Amino acid sequence: MTLTTTKTRRTLATPPVAASPFPYNPGSLLSAQDLTLEAVSHLLARATALENQDPLTRARILAKRRIALLFYESSTRTRTSFELAAKGLGADTTLVSDKSSSIEKGESLKDTGLTLRALGAEAIIIRHPSSGAAWQLEAETRLPVLNAGDGMHEHPTQALLDLRTMLAHLRPGVEEITAETLSGVTVSITGDILHSRVARSNMLLLPRLGARVVLCGPPALLPEVAAQAGPGIEIVRDFEAALRQSQVVMMLRIQAERLAGLQLDLDEYKAVYQLTGQRLAAFAPTALVLHPGPIIRGLELTAGVADGPQSAILEQVKNGVAIRMAVVERALAADQGGRA
Amino acid sequence: MTALIIRGGHLIDPAGGVDTLKDILLKDGRVAEIAGPGKLKHTEDAVVLDATGLTVAPGLIDLHVHLREPGQGYKETIATGTAAAAAGGFTSVAAMPNTSPVNDSPETTRWMQAPERGAVVRVFPIAAATRGSKGEAINDYAALKAAGAVAVSDDGLPILKDNIMREALAAAARMGLTVIQHAEDTRLTHIGDKVASMNAGPTAFKLGLRGWPNEAESGLVERDIRLVSELREARPHLHVAHISTAAALNAVRQARRNGLRVTCEVAPHHFLLTDEHVGLYDTNAKMCPPLRSAADRDALIEALLDGVVDAIATDHAPHAVHEKEVEFERAPNGIIGLETALGLSLRWLHHEWKMPLGRVLNLLSAQPAALLGLKGRGTLAVGSYADVLVFDPKAEWTYHAREGKSKSRNTPFDGFAMQGRVRWTISEGRIAYDSAL
Repeated sequence: MTLTTTKTRRTLATPPVAASPFPYNPGSLLSAQDLTLEAVSHLLARATALENQDPLTRARILAKRRIALLFYESSTRTRTSFELAAKGLGADTTLVSDKSSSIEKGESLKDTGLTLRALGAEAIIIRHPSSGAAWQLEAETRLPVLNAGDGMHEHPTQALLDLRTMLAHLRPGVEEITAETLSGVTVSITGDILHSRVARSNMLLLPRLGARVVLCGPPALLPEVAAQAGPGIEIVRDFEAALRQSQVVMMLRIQAERLAGLQLDLDEYKAVYQLTGQRLAAFAPTALVLHPGPIIRGLELTAGVADGPQSAILEQVKNGVAIRMAVVERALAADQGGRA
Repeated sequence: MTALIIRGGHLIDPAGGVDTLKDILLKDGRVAEIAGPGKLKHTEDAVVLDATGLTVAPGLIDLHVHLREPGQGYKETIATGTAAAAAGGFTSVAAMPNTSPVNDSPETTRWMQAPERGAVVRVFPIAAATRGSKGEAINDYAALKAAGAVAVSDDGLPILKDNIMREALAAAARMGLTVIQHAEDTRLTHIGDKVASMNAGPTAFKLGLRGWPNEAESGLVERDIRLVSELREARPHLHVAHISTAAALNAVRQARRNGLRVTCEVAPHHFLLTDEHVGLYDTNAKMCPPLRSAADRDALIEALLDGVVDAIATDHAPHAVHEKEVEFERAPNGIIGLETALGLSLRWLHHEWKMPLGRVLNLLSAQPAALLGLKGRGTLAVGSYADVLVFDPKAEWTYHAREGKSKSRNTPFDGFAMQGRVRWTISEGRIAYDSAL
């Protein structure tokens, strides 16, 4: 610090912040930030290769390996695509959810993780309503942990599948990812940024490829500090101005389950931030429209936009399976004696 | 009781203006004689402690600890908590009332001080300001004071209602007691069924955690100061616990300029660490108020150096390992601090930031004693209590939580470099801690 009130200005040393010990396991994917650009490149290439591979050959890659899905929150896309991805590689999967397990009886995350490990799980895919839960689980089990969404924090495989979707449209045929791959591309993310793990993972990943991330939403859902989350992130409050700059328009759901007493006038919200056919045609007629799902038709976007020609929402879902195959393969690659 | 002679040490007693080589005789729980080296007159039958090369100072006083008894002995007991205090150089600790049940009665206040609790240093109970610490009705301060309470507080919770706080300040003033406020406007930190778990700011946003805004502290401090000002005639004493923000410090600074009796304490973790030390969800860096921004931390350092801060207090808050090994948002608030306060204060305040040793010791002894009105403590003048800390202020060591005396291990300072090693802690003439044992 620098002392300003004393006569002699001096800078004082303070205790440094220790380097992060995470990830403990090289197979883990906790944060979009943990991946180097080379690793992202490799995952994208593997996703394509695995997608194109003969299913019977593919099913030998992780044949009979054990992967647990630990879901403390409901999910359709993420859970199903992770499960299909793991099974597609031949792994045995088991689903543990908070509603039909000893979690209901009060078993802790630590004990649940250790129990799954004792049952032979070689990797755990976790979704949890508390931010940081994936980190805690990894620290306790030291297994490869794949973060399938932790509270309001991160959802790294979503950022990867969003990237794959964007590249297919904006940079078709690109093979190697670099710091310039998305130069000149503006991705706007609009809606409930505060509670969104999808937004956080995307805003940590995309600027590293040269993209500009523009966040848009009302202050209650998009605090000013969001712009300080990393480089290449800006806030544009005016939705139409944000649309005008965007090559990719990513819409987010209002997360009613996380609003925690926050009062929001939905009619007012829709009037300002709903992505309508009219707005899209007027301000972003060629932009790609993305949404991590679940979509609420008639709230953050209209049915016409969701089903329209600019929408790649179902393509995102499809890309989820390919990306998650690559991520699951990577999780177990480190200790499988070259079987990958 | 055997008499003790501490021989050959360098006596620092800032309150008494002593800073030189002295021998000291402790007898019947009091300081009996102080003389130049080898010059004590009454040395018969005394056990001699050789303090050559060491510093002898008044025992430290922590005006903010949680000893967890009654009711939560699995986290800490009065016996283990005071053993930790002694190991850290403390001879007096003031114990907060958020026990189970809440200490809001003369019976509990006396129970905590009973010899059966096995305390090795003095425990001064702070009684609940309101019944059950619910903030609705004030307790009988006369009865609590008679039972040994040295202050009143609902620590862990604020006294939120204006009329109740006003009543508490007025009633405490009549009894000569201090009201210690846990300044947290819970209307800003508890939103719906969600509770803020760290400092509001860019780090909380990045981690996806709900933030505790600075205004929740400073707003309540400003409210309290307004009440003290309105009650000016009665001379109430408001003490702000674990102050953590620049804005609240400014309010205290201003109140003092206006002649109001407003004091504050700061915890080592708040003047050393920032919200970035939460790292990736380290529950041992979770406490209330939370670790703040670098700007707030710097303001605390400045306030320590320029004298606005009256005392260093640990807010020693033990929790069992299994309670902290949970999701960050679900983990209880609090860290232990009795065994690291001196080592951190000397390492940083004295060694790094050049605060004179005597001033550091004042913040940890004479000033908290004065704040709580503990007569005959925080000084080693002849006739005062034989509460003595003998230590090597230059010794460097590394703190390992697993080697501590506390029952709990929840600290962000595990593995931190410390300066100043305790050799003996003497409480009312008895050796409460001996590093050789």
